[in-house]
This record gives sequence, structure tokens and C-alpha cells, in this order.
Amino acid sequence: MASVHASPAPPAHPFPSSVWPRVAVVALAAYVVYACTRMEISWERVLVGLENAQRFFARLFPPNFARHDLLVKGLLESLEIAILASALGIVLALPVGLAAARNLMPPWITWPARALIVMARSFHPVIVAILFVKAVGFGALAGILALTVASVGFIGKLFTEAIEEISDKQVEAVRATGAPFASVLAFGVLPQVFSRFIGFGTYQLDSNLRNSTMVGIVGAGGIGGTLFAAFQRFDYDYVCAILISIILLIMAGELCATGVRAIFIDNATLRDVFGRRRSAPLAPLEDD
Amino acid sequence: MEWRRFTGAQRTARFMVYLVMVAAIVASARTVEVIPEFLYDAPEQVGDLFTRMWPVAWAHYPGGVHDALMETIHIAALGTLLALVLALPVGVLAARNLVPFTPLNLLAKLVLVSSRSVNSLVWALLFVGIFGPGALAGTLAIAFRSIGFVGKLFGEALEEAHPGPIEALAAAGAPWTSRMTYGFWPQVKPAFWSIALFRFDINVRESAVLGLVGAGGIGMALDAALNLFQWDRVALILVAILAVVVLTEVAVTFVRQRVL
Repeated sequence: MASVHASPAPPAHPFPSSVWPRVAVVALAAYVVYACTRMEISWERVLVGLENAQRFFARLFPPNFARHDLLVKGLLESLEIAILASALGIVLALPVGLAAARNLMPPWITWPARALIVMARSFHPVIVAILFVKAVGFGALAGILALTVASVGFIGKLFTEAIEEISDKQVEAVRATGAPFASVLAFGVLPQVFSRFIGFGTYQLDSNLRNSTMVGIVGAGGIGGTLFAAFQRFDYDYVCAILISIILLIMAGELCATGVRAIFIDNATLRDVFGRRRSAPLAPLEDD
Repeated sequence: MEWRRFTGAQRTARFMVYLVMVAAIVASARTVEVIPEFLYDAPEQVGDLFTRMWPVAWAHYPGGVHDALMETIHIAALGTLLALVLALPVGVLAARNLVPFTPLNLLAKLVLVSSRSVNSLVWALLFVGIFGPGALAGTLAIAFRSIGFVGKLFGEALEEAHPGPIEALAAAGAPWTSRMTYGFWPQVKPAFWSIALFRFDINVRESAVLGLVGAGGIGMALDAALNLFQWDRVALILVAILAVVVLTEVAVTFVRQRVL
């Protein structure tokens, strides 16, 4: 009768903790301290900044829409840049994306096309805009060309991936009828990637709209130039008005993109899109 | 009666989209201000650009570019870390299965949407206005732009988590913290790290331009070189940015394949 009530050995913990996460946390904390001292980020600076923030926000509000003619002109130019860059970019990205697809093209075509896509993707559109401002001068054209390059890189990459994922069966079936290459593309490949392509296209229009409001910072047209100039003149209430307009424009663009996706991907009608019987909005593709 | 894939209303909707698209392109092309004289001049200007960029000012790298480049990487890393810390609670609040209280869900979603609809350059302008020029503004800009991205994807990963293990823990009487750490976290951990890596890759590209508005990093060196028309230094900076972007992408791909 001795050991019935003796406590058994404690069970092994079902989730044994490892040493490595703790080491990682310590290393991360050390890095944060190192990086903050390197960049002269300190708590005092944050506190001073928070005092500034009150004055800054007091000067931002109320927004000043007095110079709305300049504002509307800049917004329209941004919109035009986004539309033209998307159209040009999509038209150029189609052949490039097709040429980069490994399942349809021989290696001597895919490699240059892939290199072109990587080149177009590696720089931020604003940096590409700097080079185009030098090449074609200040103004909307530089912005259009810079965003076209960005669109070719982004859509080209996604389009290539979409083509590489298609089913070979339909392609082989069209080929077996003796169809020429153009017909193989039109009836074997394009129907399989069309709906994804609509998704990429609307997403890119959205992304171009965001960036077209920014390329003006380096002189490539659109509202960005007005925004940056107002900021440098400490004209903060006008900055606030510009920011509110930009956000409204981008949200309107997002709504349009959702509508287009509903029509082409979910086969919605105009009544579905504008009426009350709207299906759940599609989640936008996420990237920058 | 011929077979048609879409109903009349569906075809009308598609036709209207095409019509609006063509009208928008034509209207934009007609009204956008393009100065043709600048275009005729372009080949000459591009030639001039390359002759000014060559030879690349490699000697300038140790003194003028290295520190700025490191600062860019620090801005991207610290900004991503801060965004992860800030986005975790917002993502949890946005997940409807974790916080079954709709007003809080909507509030969290509003935070996420407003973070994403402001460009990182605009965030940078705001933080330069508050904290003055420098890396602090850049770090905060990167962090605030990333909250929306990380929080949205993390919240979606939480909502997709399988309820089985969580219900088992709840049935065993586990407190909220244990349900989080042993029920949710193991399920969303791979998604979380892959989101973090993806965002870090994006942030390295973005932090390279923040300096154009004064928010620190290599963009400030780029801005200085541009304003002085030192195109050989601009070329050096562009090569440096390209190298860092490519290296980051390679590193991120490596970590994703090996560790995750």
C-alpha cells in the first residue's frame, strides 16, 4: 500500500522548447540596437518628433482646396499616364511573356526574354523615371515610358508563369489538327490564360495609378510634382488636399478594377456590377 | 439557334468594358502633353547619358556610397521588423474566427486598407515632416506601408487555420495564450515567415528610392549626384542598387527553400 499515492514522474512536455528561437531573438535584438545606433535613431528623437507631429498635423488640417484647378490638372495627367502606360505595357508584355515561356519556346528565345523581364523588374519605377527624364525631358512622356517598363516586367513575369502552368492536352489537340502556330496560340493557349491575364492587367492598372502619382517627384509628370513642390514650400494644407485626392483616385481605380474582374472572371453583367446583387468582391492580387 | 457561350447581358458588359478602355486610351493619348521636339532629341540624349555615365565612378564607392547602401539595408530590415511587430495584433484583430466581434474586425481592416493605399513615398514625406530628414523617417515609412500588406495576409492565414487543434486545446481547458501559441501559431508559422521574407524583398527595392524625398539611404546619395549632374556617380549608385536587389532576391529564395 505504499506507493499508490506517490506522485508519478512528471510527463515530458508535449511541446519541448528549443534553444534556437531564443538565440535568434537575442541576435535580432542585438542587430536592432546596432542598426539604431548606426542610423542615429534614438528614443529622444522619437519624442521630439512626436511633439513636432502635433504641430505638423495642425498645419495639415483643414485641407486647402483653393488651388483645385492645378490639383485636377495634375490628377488627370496622372490618370492619363497610368492608362497609357498600362495599355503600352500590356501590349508589349504579351509577346515578351510568350517568348519567355519555356514550354512553348526554345531556350535561345526564352533566355533573352527572361533577362529583359528581370532587368525591367529590378528598379523601382521612380528610378527608371529618372533615366527617362534625362532621355525625353521633363513631362508626362517620361512617366509613361517608366511605368511601361515596370508593367512589362511585372505582367511579363506573371504571364510567363501562367503560360507555363497550362495543360498541354489542349495545345496538342489543336496541333494534331495541323493548325499553324498562330492558331495553336489563339485556340490552345490564350483561352487557358485569358482570365488570369485579366487579373494581371487590372492589377497592373491599379499599381500604375499608384506609381503615376509618384513619378512626378523626379519630374516625370502627374500630381507628384505638385505634391513635392507644395511639401518643400511647407504648404502643408495643400499637401493634405493633394493626398486626400490621390487616395480617392486610387480607391476609385480599385473599384473599377474589381468591376472589370467581376465581368471577365465571374461572368457578371452590368446589373450585377452596378446593382445591389453584387457578389463578394474579389480580393486584389497582392504585391507592390 | 447558334450556341453562344455568354448571355446577351454578359456580352454587353464585356463590350462596355472594351468600349470604355478604348475611349480612355484614345482620350488620354489625345490630351496628354507630350512635347515632340523632346522625342526627336531622345537618341542623342540617351547617347549623351551613356557617355557621361562611362566610366563608372568606382572610386567613389568606399567614401560616398557604401554607408548609404548599408543604411538602405538597415532601413529595409528595421522597417520590416517593426511592421511585423505592429502587424501581428492588427492581423489577429482582423481574423474573424479569432475575434468574433465585427466592429473590431472592421476597425482592423480599415487600418490595413489605409496603410496600403498610401504609397511608401507619401509615408516618407509625412515622416520627414514629423521627424525631419533621415533614416528614422525612412524606417517608419517602410514599416507603416508594410503593416497593411503583412497584416492582411497574416489575418487571412489565421482565418484559414484548421479549427480542429484549437477546439481540442479549448476542450482541454487551455487558456487563450496556449490556444494561440500551440493551436494557431504552428499552423500559420510557415505563412508568416514567407510573408515576412516576401515583404523584406519588396522593402529593399522601396527603401532605395525613399532618399529622393529625404528619408535616408542610398536615395539621398542618388539625389545629390543627380542634382550635380554627376552621371558617373549615378551609374555607380544604380549598379549598387541592382547588386543589392539581386543579392536580396537570391538570399530570400535560398532561405525560403532551405529553412521554410
